[in-house]
Amino acid sequence: MSGYLASLEAESIEIIREAVALAEKPVMMYSIGKDSSVMLHLARKAFWPAAPPFPLLHVDTTWKFREMIAFRNRMAQESGMKLLVHTNHQRKAEGVNPFTYDSDTYTGLMKTEALKQALDAGKFDVIIGGARRDEEKSRAKERIFSFRSPGHRWDPKLQRPELWNIYNARIHPGESIRVFPLSNWTEADIWQYIADENIEIVKLYFAAPRPVVKRSGQWIMVDDDRFPLNPGEVPEMRTVRFRTLGCYPLTAAIESKATTIAEIVEETQTARTSERQGRLIDHDQSASMEKKKQEGYF
Amino acid sequence: MRDTLRFITCGSVDDGKSTLIGRLLWESKQVFEDHLSALERDSTRYGTQGEAIDLALLVDGLQSEREQSITIDVAYRFFATPRRRFVVADTPGHEQYTRNMATGASTSELAVLVVNGSKGLQTQTHRHARIVSLLGIKHLVMAINKMDLTGWDEVAFAKIVEDFQPVVRDLGFETFQPIPISALNGDNITELSSAAPWYKGPALLTYLEEIDATTGVPDLKFRMPVQLVNRPNHDFRGYCGRVASGKVGVGDRVRIVPGGMETKVRSIVAWKAELPSAGSGDSVTLCLEDEVDVSRGSVIVASSDPLELSEQFEARVLCLSDHHLVAGRSYLLNLHTCQAVATITAIKHQVDVRTGSHLAAKTLAMNDIGVVNISTDRPVPFEPYDRCRRLGSFILVDRLTNETIGAGMIDFSLRRAANIRWQAVDIHKAARARQKLQKPVCLWFTGLSASGKSTIANMLEKRLFAAGKHTYMLDGDNIRHGLNRDLGFTESDRVENIRRVTEVARLFVDAGLITIVSFISPYRAERDLARSRFEVGEFIEVYVDTPLEECERRDPKGLYAKARRGELTNFTGIDSEYEPPESAEIRLDTVNNTVEQCVEHILYKLEHGMASKPEAN
Repeated sequence: MSGYLASLEAESIEIIREAVALAEKPVMMYSIGKDSSVMLHLARKAFWPAAPPFPLLHVDTTWKFREMIAFRNRMAQESGMKLLVHTNHQRKAEGVNPFTYDSDTYTGLMKTEALKQALDAGKFDVIIGGARRDEEKSRAKERIFSFRSPGHRWDPKLQRPELWNIYNARIHPGESIRVFPLSNWTEADIWQYIADENIEIVKLYFAAPRPVVKRSGQWIMVDDDRFPLNPGEVPEMRTVRFRTLGCYPLTAAIESKATTIAEIVEETQTARTSERQGRLIDHDQSASMEKKKQEGYF
Repeated sequence: MRDTLRFITCGSVDDGKSTLIGRLLWESKQVFEDHLSALERDSTRYGTQGEAIDLALLVDGLQSEREQSITIDVAYRFFATPRRRFVVADTPGHEQYTRNMATGASTSELAVLVVNGSKGLQTQTHRHARIVSLLGIKHLVMAINKMDLTGWDEVAFAKIVEDFQPVVRDLGFETFQPIPISALNGDNITELSSAAPWYKGPALLTYLEEIDATTGVPDLKFRMPVQLVNRPNHDFRGYCGRVASGKVGVGDRVRIVPGGMETKVRSIVAWKAELPSAGSGDSVTLCLEDEVDVSRGSVIVASSDPLELSEQFEARVLCLSDHHLVAGRSYLLNLHTCQAVATITAIKHQVDVRTGSHLAAKTLAMNDIGVVNISTDRPVPFEPYDRCRRLGSFILVDRLTNETIGAGMIDFSLRRAANIRWQAVDIHKAARARQKLQKPVCLWFTGLSASGKSTIANMLEKRLFAAGKHTYMLDGDNIRHGLNRDLGFTESDRVENIRRVTEVARLFVDAGLITIVSFISPYRAERDLARSRFEVGEFIEVYVDTPLEECERRDPKGLYAKARRGELTNFTGIDSEYEPPESAEIRLDTVNNTVEQCVEHILYKLEHGMASKPEAN
């Protein structure tokens, strides 16, 4: 491993240990993606030979790729950690889905509202998440220990100054702290680390023939028969892969021939668009991530 | 040379910092197409460059700052060239956000100070140079920007550099490189521009790729602050932490600070494997040969190079909050993994960040830097900041709001703890208490003016006296006529007022007396500090809980009326806050109870040994 990656790893392990040392009831968000895979790996390293002393929490919209769910269950078992899965059943019963509702409404209810429900129910005070500063402009300003007011709101003006490697996790009841151990990693670092450490990731990241349809100029995979095809529309088989993973109707695939980590690393280094390009939810409105974050989105 | 450089960019408003970083990202091809199309959209909407792309918008992320066209928070950027990786802390130039600059500087090795070549040195230039120096940065680049606006005037460039030389010397930077640039046009960024043939130095990015940004401070031997003890079962006990300095190998002799026990390293545990050694910056788990007392906040150090332990420091402190740092108030101090209760015992002086001269100061306001003495409630392990950032830096946290209120760097131990011995005495508190047949306590009455504190305290003392007890009453008004006649009603004077009374009450309790203190004492932090000076069970907080309207109705001295008319300022309850106790041992409701009933209640609790448990509010 390069000296640079080794120091990123050491920093992340230090952050995860601080989160645990300063928390009453910590939890780690687990979204099954490559960043979650790296974060889980780092957590296991931080506490080896013990299992990490916190549960994993997955907010399941019920629209994830099927492969992701199978992978999630296997990883939780392998790590020896407790897996908590939460779905906003009330909204699901009300018929909220990613097809009839715009992505803003859908994400707001099935992800952000669901997340708050799960965090309130678990009474978690420190929530470890996989966000990175290079992902998006409003995230570049995020603290490693990010303060949330009651109701999980993020107010950029209330963030505590964060100097050196000293973190202030003191809170009053109802408030919480989100901790981002991958803050200083870039997408390229994540891939390089996955390669160096041989970390298992969901196969959807690798190119393979998959059934897709074109929507708004982007390839969307038809992962199950809930996908409403337009009249006359037939999914076609294309060799595609995903740069990020989320709800399958909202996650665009890219045409790619990268079937190994090395090929992905190479593709990432020459990529001309950011990985969030494939996330339909970020294009809703200008500064949309800043707004979502204020409401409590990760 | 390290393969990563962490640097901070700073400078005054409108010097073009954000444009410079946008330019560096652009030139190192870190700008993705979708970011670019967002940029094109935004440039027409918010940009200051007409139809051209405004590179500053690449980094000015938050909508609120785009609307104001200023950067209001520190942002971290990552870019790489084939030769090096860079982590950039982009920090604001606006004066009230200096704290964010200190934040960015705390993890940086080098500073790029951006100066507007067409305007010359500004107050902020000096301020920022001093702040980065205070935070331990030894390498400075001065990017003299907007040179295109000066027509690439060599004389103007030379004058700025010459005027700044004394500051460089004064602040002790190990390297200093001035570079004339135009971030807007990309001149002298990645390669030398033909616009300034007179400039013979390196281009900015070339310089950043090549500089050795380590410092000349000799390396310390092994030190690792313990983050947590990993004890999954009886067979394994490991100490987790990140090595702050030096190296450690299996079999090395180490010492635990505090405690001083010596043992050997049995193993260094990593993921599914063991390591023969570990070095500075590594996150590891150490197992030791012997069972020793180690917990979070302990430091494991090389036996051959001991670590200092002290409870009194001199430190440089930067105030980060709009709540002032006040001498005498207690804060939580986080120093590496160690937490203690700390008090600023004296503000020696404030540093004028423009000139470096010393100013007298009673408090430190937001963005003020001062040299202070700090005392902690127990000895903590440390290194001076200039020898080891990780073991010499701390933050101060407000005990009530939990806000990070200050950041500090330890200069040295005052060693008072070693020099001033307690005078050992044979007749001690317990002996005096036995002689008087009573348990000495401090009954601390707090409440608004006219709440009834003195009336109740007075009657309580009469009853205790009648019962043969030895008492003394310290009353707010009376003390202010004598011992505290030099103090007014500002926040810092109120803190000192309480501190003195606390110490007097403590001596009286030591003398065996039942001591009754009757002070408004509006701040929770001060009452908590007072409590911390007594033994457990000795301090009884009596909250005289009378609503403000009731106090105002009684108003025996006419003070509320005066305060309402604006003739009295800093009056508690009117224009100065009262923070009610959260868990007072005794709470008195004076609206529904008479003075006699209140006194009976206190006596009952004292006689039945129930006065040391909090009552529900």
